[in-house]
Amino acid sequence: MSNPPSGHILPGLRFKQRFPLLALVVERVVLSIVLLFAVSVVIFGGLEALPGDFATTYLGQSATPQAVANIRQDLGLNRPVTTRYFEWLGDALRGDFGSSWASKNSVSEQIGKRLGNSLLLAGFSAVISVPLAVGLGMIAVHFRNRVPDKIINIISLAAISLPEFFIGYLLILFFAVKFGVATFPATVYESMGLVDRLKAIALPTATLVLVVLAHMMRMTRAAILSVMSSAYMETAELKGLGAFRSIVKHAAPNALAPIINVVALTLAYLVVGVVVVEVVFVYPGMGQYMVDAVTVRDMPVVQACGLIFAAVYILLNMVADILAIIANPRLRHPR
Amino acid sequence: MNGYTKYLTSRVTAGGLSRREFIGRAMAAGITLAVADKLFTESAQAAEPKRGGHLKLGLEGGAATDSKDPAKFLSQFMFCVGRCWGDMLVESDPLTGAAVPALAQSWEPSKDAAIWTFKIRKGVKFHDGKEMTIDDVVATLKRHTDAKSESGALGVLGSIKDIKADGGNLVLTLSEGNADMPLLLTDYHLVVQPNGGNDDPTASIGTGPYKLTSFEPGVRATFEKNKDDWRSDRGFVDSIEIIGMNDATARIAALSSGQVHYINRVDPKTVDLLKRAPNVEILSTSGRGHYVFIMHCDTAPFDNNDLRLALKYAMDRESMVKKILGGYGKVGNDFPINNTYALFPEGIEQRAYDPDKAAFHYKKSGHSGSVLLRTSEVAFPGGVDAAVLYQESCKKAGIAIEVKREPGDGYWTNVWNVQPFSTSYWGGRPTQDQMYSTAYLSTADWNDTRFKRPDFDKLLLQARAELDETKRKDMYRTMAMMVRDEGGLILPMFNDFVNASTKQVKGYVHDIGNDMSNGYVATRVWLDA
Repeated sequence: MSNPPSGHILPGLRFKQRFPLLALVVERVVLSIVLLFAVSVVIFGGLEALPGDFATTYLGQSATPQAVANIRQDLGLNRPVTTRYFEWLGDALRGDFGSSWASKNSVSEQIGKRLGNSLLLAGFSAVISVPLAVGLGMIAVHFRNRVPDKIINIISLAAISLPEFFIGYLLILFFAVKFGVATFPATVYESMGLVDRLKAIALPTATLVLVVLAHMMRMTRAAILSVMSSAYMETAELKGLGAFRSIVKHAAPNALAPIINVVALTLAYLVVGVVVVEVVFVYPGMGQYMVDAVTVRDMPVVQACGLIFAAVYILLNMVADILAIIANPRLRHPR
Repeated sequence: MNGYTKYLTSRVTAGGLSRREFIGRAMAAGITLAVADKLFTESAQAAEPKRGGHLKLGLEGGAATDSKDPAKFLSQFMFCVGRCWGDMLVESDPLTGAAVPALAQSWEPSKDAAIWTFKIRKGVKFHDGKEMTIDDVVATLKRHTDAKSESGALGVLGSIKDIKADGGNLVLTLSEGNADMPLLLTDYHLVVQPNGGNDDPTASIGTGPYKLTSFEPGVRATFEKNKDDWRSDRGFVDSIEIIGMNDATARIAALSSGQVHYINRVDPKTVDLLKRAPNVEILSTSGRGHYVFIMHCDTAPFDNNDLRLALKYAMDRESMVKKILGGYGKVGNDFPINNTYALFPEGIEQRAYDPDKAAFHYKKSGHSGSVLLRTSEVAFPGGVDAAVLYQESCKKAGIAIEVKREPGDGYWTNVWNVQPFSTSYWGGRPTQDQMYSTAYLSTADWNDTRFKRPDFDKLLLQARAELDETKRKDMYRTMAMMVRDEGGLILPMFNDFVNASTKQVKGYVHDIGNDMSNGYVATRVWLDA
C-alpha cells in the first residue's frame, strides 16, 4: 500500500498505524466472535439433520405414540427451526443454556460441574506435560543425534503410536489391578477433597501426559533446531556462549511462536478431546456428558457442549496467535 | 415345594425373615402351619447372613441425562437406583415370576377380572417419617396413567379406566378383563411416592430399604440404610455406592482389582478371561430378553409363509448361542416366550437347523435371488456377527442372504420396525399377555413383524380375561404355535443376564424377572468379610 497523504488518513487506518498490535488483537477477537456465531449455526443445523429425535430415542422400545406426542408437545418441537435457533441463541448469549430435556436439570449448572472436572484434569495434565515437553525438547536439541536424544525420541514416538485407551488400560492393569497402588475408577464427586481428587485423577493424568508429550516435545525440538541453523546462532556460538545457554537464551525465545501454537492446540485437546480417556477411567467430564446427551438426542446439552468446545478451541487459538504476534514483532506488520 | 416357598426359605437362610413373617407368608402361599414351621427351622440352620459394610456396584447404563423421576427411569443404572429407595405395590417371585405382595398385602379380582381390589399395607413409613396412605398410592397410579404423562409405564397401564380408594383398599377398574393386573404393577416405574410424586417427582422419597444420600446423574449415587424399613428380609449392608461405568473394560478392571463388589453387563466374549481372576464369581441368570431376526409378514418377499419357514429352518440356533452368546443363553423356538414365564406352554417341539427342509420350503416359495438383511451393532451385542453367521448357515440351504450393515445412530428410527428384514432385540415383559400385546397384536404399535391375525387377537383378549389357569395355558399354547409356524419372527436365542461379583458378595438371588436380580441386587446381597 502506498503512503496516503497525511490529513486524509481514514480513521480506521490511523488507529491501525498508531497501535498496530492492539489493532491486530481487536481484529483477531472480532474474527473469533464471528467464527463462534458461524459455529453455532453449524451445531444447530447439524443436530437438526441427525436421524432420530429425542422423544423416540429417549423412550426407546417402551415408547407409545401417546407418550412420544406428549414429549414433542412439551418441548415445543413442533415449532419451526429458525424460531428455535434464535430463542436458543438469545438464551445462550445470556449464559442460559436451558434445561436438559431428559433430566430437566439446568444445563448451565451441570456444565459448571463437568467443565470444572474437565479443567482440573486438563490443567493438571498441562502443568506436568508442558514444562516436561519443552524441557525434554531442549535436552533433545542439546544432545541432538546422540543417545539421550534418541531415547527421548523413541519413547515419545512409542507413546504417541499407542491409542490412548490402550495406554489407559495398560496403566490400569499395572497400577490398579496388579500392584494396587493407584485409585481406580477415577470418579470424582462434589464432596471430595482436593487431595483425594488429585489421587483419583493420577492415572488419567499420566495417560494424557503420555499421549500429548511427544507432539509438543517434537515440535519444540524441531522449532529450536530450525532456529539453531540461523546466522545469529552461529554468532552466539562464535562469541563463545555455552551450548545450553545459547539454546535457552537465544534459540528458544525465537522458536516460541510454533511452540505456543502446539501448546495451545494441546490444551484445547486436553479439554475437549479426552472423551476416550474419560470413558476408560470413568471420569465425569465434559466429553462424557456430551456423549451421554448425543445418545438420547438431548439437544440443549449437546448444543451447549458443542458451543463450549468450539469456544475453547477458538479462544485458545486466538490466545496462541496473539501471543505469537507479541513474541515475534515481525508479525505485527503484515506485508 | 413351589418356587415362592423356595424363595422364602432362601430368605430365611439369608437371615432376612423372622419365624413369624415366614410362617405368615408361607401360609398365605398355601402351606400348612406344621410344614411351614419345619421349613423355617431347617432353613434357619443354614448359613447366617452378615449385616453391615459398604457395598459398591459398578453399573453400565448410567448417563448424564438420567432423571430421578421414577416415571422417567430408563437406564439400567436408574432401574437399580430406584429399587434401592422405592417400593412397588407388587413384586414378582424371583423363581417363578408369580406376583407376590409388597406394599399391597393381598388382592382380589372380580369374576371377569375387570375390577381389582388391592389391600394396602398399613404402618409403612416414607423416608421423611410420614406414613404411607392409600391417597399416596392412588396419586402415584394416577400420575403414571394420566394421558399427558411421560411415564415409561403409560403403555403398560393403558387399560386402567378408574383408580379410586375404597376404605383402605385400592380399587382399579379396567376397560377389559386382565388376569395379570397384579404383575403389571411390578413395573419399576411405579414407585409409590408421597402424594404420588406430584409435589416433587425427583425427591427420591420412598418406602424402600435405603435412603438416597447423594446423586450425580451418570456418575454416582449413594445410599444409607433406612432404619425404619418395614421389612427385615432385605437391606443387609449399611450403605451403598453405585458408580456409573459405561466402559466394559473399566468395569472388569474395577471388579478384578476389588474396587467394586459387583458389575453388570459382562461381555460374553471376555467372560472366560474374567473367570480366571481368583476373587471373581460369574453370575449368569436366565432371562426373558431375546435376540431376533424380524420379517414383515405383509411385505414381499416375506409375505410368503414358505419363504418365512425356509428362513426359520435355515437358522442354526445352537451355533448362535455358542458363538454369539458364548454359551450364556438358551436356544429359542421362534416364539417370544420361554420357561421363565408363568404358564409357559410346554412340549412344543424345538425347531432345529435343517438345511434340507429350508431348501424345500425355499423352492416351494418360488423366490429367487438374494434376501436383504439389515443389521447393526446396536441391534444387539454381536448383531453383525450373528447376521454373518446366519448368512453362512443359509448358504448351505441354497439361500443367499445379503447382509447390510446399517449405522447404529438412528437404527431404531430408520431400520427397526421400518425395513422388512432386520435384526433386533426384545427385553422380556412381566407376562406373556404383555409380550404378545406389545408386539404381536394386529394393532400394536411395535408389531415389528407385521403379524396381523384376527383369530390371534381374539384369543389374546380371551386369555387376558381368563382366570382359569389351565384354560389360559391352552390358549397361550395355541398362540405360541401361530407365531412360531406362521409369524415373521425368527428367534434364535434368549440371552442370559451375565453379571459378576467378588466372592465377598453372598446371597445373590437369581431372579428371572429382570437383569441384576430384577434390580434388587443391592438390597438382597450381603458382604462376607
